[in-house]
Amino acid sequence: MAIPRFWREIPSRYNLIGTECGNCGKRYFPPRIICPECHRKSVGKMKDVKFQGKGEVVTYSIIHHAPKAYEMQVPYIIAIIEFEEGVRATGQIIDCEPEDVEVGMRVEPAFRKIGEDGKSGVIYYGYKFKPA
Amino acid sequence: MREVAVIGIGETRFGELWDKSFREIGIEAGLFAIQDSKTKGEEIDALYIGNMSAGRFIDQEHIAPLVADYVGLAGANLPATRIEGAGASGGLALSQAYMAVASEVHDIVVVGGAEKMTDVSEVYAQEILASTADQEWESVFGATFAGLHAMIARRHMHEYGTTKKQLAMVAVKNHKNAALNPNAQYRRELSLETVLKAPMVAEPLGLFDCAPLSDGAAALVLCPLDRAKEYTDNPVRIASCGQAGDYMALHDRKDICTMDATVVAAKKAFKYAGITPKDVDLAEVHDNYTISEILAIEDIGFFNKGDGGKATEDGQTALNSEISVNPSGGLKARGQPVGATGVAQAVEVVRQLRGEAGERQVKNARYGLTHNVGGTGASVIVHIFDGGV
Ligand SMILES: [Zn+2]
Repeated sequence: MAIPRFWREIPSRYNLIGTECGNCGKRYFPPRIICPECHRKSVGKMKDVKFQGKGEVVTYSIIHHAPKAYEMQVPYIIAIIEFEEGVRATGQIIDCEPEDVEVGMRVEPAFRKIGEDGKSGVIYYGYKFKPA
Repeated sequence: MREVAVIGIGETRFGELWDKSFREIGIEAGLFAIQDSKTKGEEIDALYIGNMSAGRFIDQEHIAPLVADYVGLAGANLPATRIEGAGASGGLALSQAYMAVASEVHDIVVVGGAEKMTDVSEVYAQEILASTADQEWESVFGATFAGLHAMIARRHMHEYGTTKKQLAMVAVKNHKNAALNPNAQYRRELSLETVLKAPMVAEPLGLFDCAPLSDGAAALVLCPLDRAKEYTDNPVRIASCGQAGDYMALHDRKDICTMDATVVAAKKAFKYAGITPKDVDLAEVHDNYTISEILAIEDIGFFNKGDGGKATEDGQTALNSEISVNPSGGLKARGQPVGATGVAQAVEVVRQLRGEAGERQVKNARYGLTHNVGGTGASVIVHIFDGGV
């Protein structure tokens, strides 16, 4: 992945910055430029907002066959997490054995390395989740 | 709007076609369809071709004029357009062609679908498939395409008690059908035990829960229904087409276990065709993973939500049962050259409605349906075909 492409999303990937619609108050993570509820009325009114990212596992999978950037990590757990703040995000679950993960499990965010561009390439950091 | 008919079908064999290039398979399918339709090259008004990612698979963009050129129609300055909608590219190409004929812009149109996936490594090909999900918010965190479907499967198991055995039964059935299809990638049956014991790809999905990577192409020739008999004794009418979209990322969908785009696309298609799911005799649905077929048969309306696994296990989707689902073998066993899928599905349905499907013929088939999905469900297109014309 090109470095600027990752860099642009760093506030969200490092600090769970999403957006809140200035028109209806609905919050979004990942961030959105337009509120899908308010459409035009939300243009220019989306504000940055930080999420806590605590929540529970909606569903998960244990990945055994991964792309190059993640093959050192297999088997790893990928999950959809529903934050207490009402939004959902996809991320890995760490500090948890694959056989221990379950739907409904409580998790909280953790800042970790999420991938790398080859052995000597850039290392990418961002959120994962761990049992809470 | 005028009525539109399919008057010609063609497809290559699906599989690892190492001896054939992209343009060769595109030409092969196109020529088969044109010959089958008995149209003359100079009668063709336009070409639409569904293709997902030739730029990454074979480093070649701009593939529509390439295929038109090598079919021998560049001299006629044939307009040729490529349509991209991830796994739904082929179905979307068909709908564009259908609308062009229905709206009287064109009369005779060729629709192709083609993908050449095995020139790149398997790992790279999987990354290309994953790029049809949201790269920034799914793939970047290690969510593979199989992994996203595995999360749908896990949630479906959690909510409805769907079992790994029921998932496996989709693969067993589709391999059984493909064994009767001379153009299928896997012409062998698969035992339930083999599917269940296969190495895991993304739990709960194992190797045989996933459709393969394939090379292949398919093509159709369309014309106005009132002119179809000039070309064939056996025209098949396109009764309707319904397309719908949804949030790009799986985590943003209203319900992980329901593909809303399928629900909406199918509703539109049934309404326009004036029939209900009960009237459909056979369906080619997008079984890129076994769980996908279970979602499809629920969301199209053949079975209630949550009953898809059990219906499959009970044999209600087998050949010549309640509803024959994926008589061709589906993506799972016929093969999955991504951009060709939607067109190949239509080829199979037309063949069935003409009564030319040989050993896998669905008996007394009048209505057939195709269901083609892009990404994890952000694009869905459904077509209904009527053989009773
Ligand atoms: Zn709003």
